Amino acid sequence: MSREVHNGPTDETQARGTRYSGDPQGGTGAAPQLDKLPLDGWHRAHGGRMVPFAGYEMPVQYEGIIAEHLWTRENAGLFDVSHMGQLFIHGRGADAALERLMPGDFRSAADMKPKYSLLLEEDGGIVDDLMATRRGEDFYVVVNGATKHGDIEYMRRRLPEDVVIDHMKEQALLALQGPRAAEVIETIIPSVSELSFMQAAPFNWQGHNLWISRSGYTGEDGFEISVPASAAAALADAITAHELAKPIGLGARDSLRLEAGLPLYGHDLDTRTTPVMAGLTFAINKRRRAEGGFPGSMRILAELENGPVEKRIGFEIDGRQPVREGALVLDGEGSEVGKVTSGGFSPSLQRPIAMGYVAAHLSEPGTALKLEQRGKLFDARVVRMPFVPHRYYRKGASA
Amino acid sequence: MSLYFTKEHEWIRVEGDTATVGISDHAQEQLGDIVFVEVPDAGRRVAKGQEAAVVESVKAASDVYSPVSGEVVEGNEAIADDPALVNSDPEGQGWFFKLKLDNPGELDGLMDESAYREWVKTL
Repeated sequence: MSREVHNGPTDETQARGTRYSGDPQGGTGAAPQLDKLPLDGWHRAHGGRMVPFAGYEMPVQYEGIIAEHLWTRENAGLFDVSHMGQLFIHGRGADAALERLMPGDFRSAADMKPKYSLLLEEDGGIVDDLMATRRGEDFYVVVNGATKHGDIEYMRRRLPEDVVIDHMKEQALLALQGPRAAEVIETIIPSVSELSFMQAAPFNWQGHNLWISRSGYTGEDGFEISVPASAAAALADAITAHELAKPIGLGARDSLRLEAGLPLYGHDLDTRTTPVMAGLTFAINKRRRAEGGFPGSMRILAELENGPVEKRIGFEIDGRQPVREGALVLDGEGSEVGKVTSGGFSPSLQRPIAMGYVAAHLSEPGTALKLEQRGKLFDARVVRMPFVPHRYYRKGASA
Repeated sequence: MSLYFTKEHEWIRVEGDTATVGISDHAQEQLGDIVFVEVPDAGRRVAKGQEAAVVESVKAASDVYSPVSGEVVEGNEAIADDPALVNSDPEGQGWFFKLKLDNPGELDGLMDESAYREWVKTL
């Protein structure tokens, strides 16, 4: 038996599009130096199977990806996302300075409200996607783990001297996700569940300062908790002591976000894709569209006006076999019209799903296409995402 | 009846001139949740080292190489219908295919069960 391809964000090399070596240990060739997460020992003690990802050894699974996935859709899953970069950007005019790097509306961003945005190249290509939250004059920004060092360099080069980036390396980041997440967290840090979706606030737990936002990457209700690394294990213990909460690995994080239709940087987004191609135009508001003034704005505003050449879409695939990243998309004549950028087996739907890019004229839901993987053709149709409906918490909305 | 294992984590159970092939408990454990299996049809000829079946978990896709040459007598439809059977009973009901051996000499040099279990511990 030989392992041929590898799925999902469980190896750093995947983020650069290289083939998986087939060895979960990372192969014998020049292994990169891997860092340890603050919760490294905690993961191992809880049976986490550690794999290289984003320069760290990270848990890909504990009891099994499908069980962890379904647990998160039903209860509450605890994810360690401490590999992600937590940045504090401060200095006079930080909001206006950030607007020169990203298409977000930072000047009128409300306090304590996380906003999704994108770092862009001069040609409109995506350098990274991130969440930025105004805290007074300053911004708390969370970027992807595999790209954080490049992002910091990119921002330092372009920000004015008096806008400073602190990389908060002493902070761990935990995510508690799922329909029972609020119930779990309420028993540990009362009043957190008063946050509405996409709202954040400081909290205190046993003398430790926490920064918690009601947000996540699974399509479920949930919370992202920035905690001092020294207190992370105690907090993880307190959360998983609740019978509705279990630790969840990277494998389920990937299948959950795929079902939720959420793109993953390095796979579904990269410097060859723009926010318009990727269907992320919600991140560019009316004022920024009118004024421009962000990298690549000429191209991006033209794409908003005339439509992009390619669009990110979802695929529903016949049969049971997963079609994964790298598969080609073919039209009726067998011509290549796109590529699969993420794909796998959906534990919630019990069938294969995928996302990718196709030529804009073939992006309408219902369009029949073929996918080609390892010489085999699969019948697929374009579908609207998410594959599994989002269940975010809205204050005042009935459950 | 004799049981053999390969370094590619396949097992071969030989009864007379018929071999049943599957993947080991260690292999299913490494793959994780198995979601898709494709087994060869009866009548197909496979050569030693040639890919004969496909197994895919949530994480990875793998080819199962035939550890011996022969003609496929039966592919296990039960695992094609319920791939999780390979996780729950890899060395029993989770077998992949049966074939008629061309050359029993190809079995020489394969590990027996205790040698394989000892070797897996060193991985």
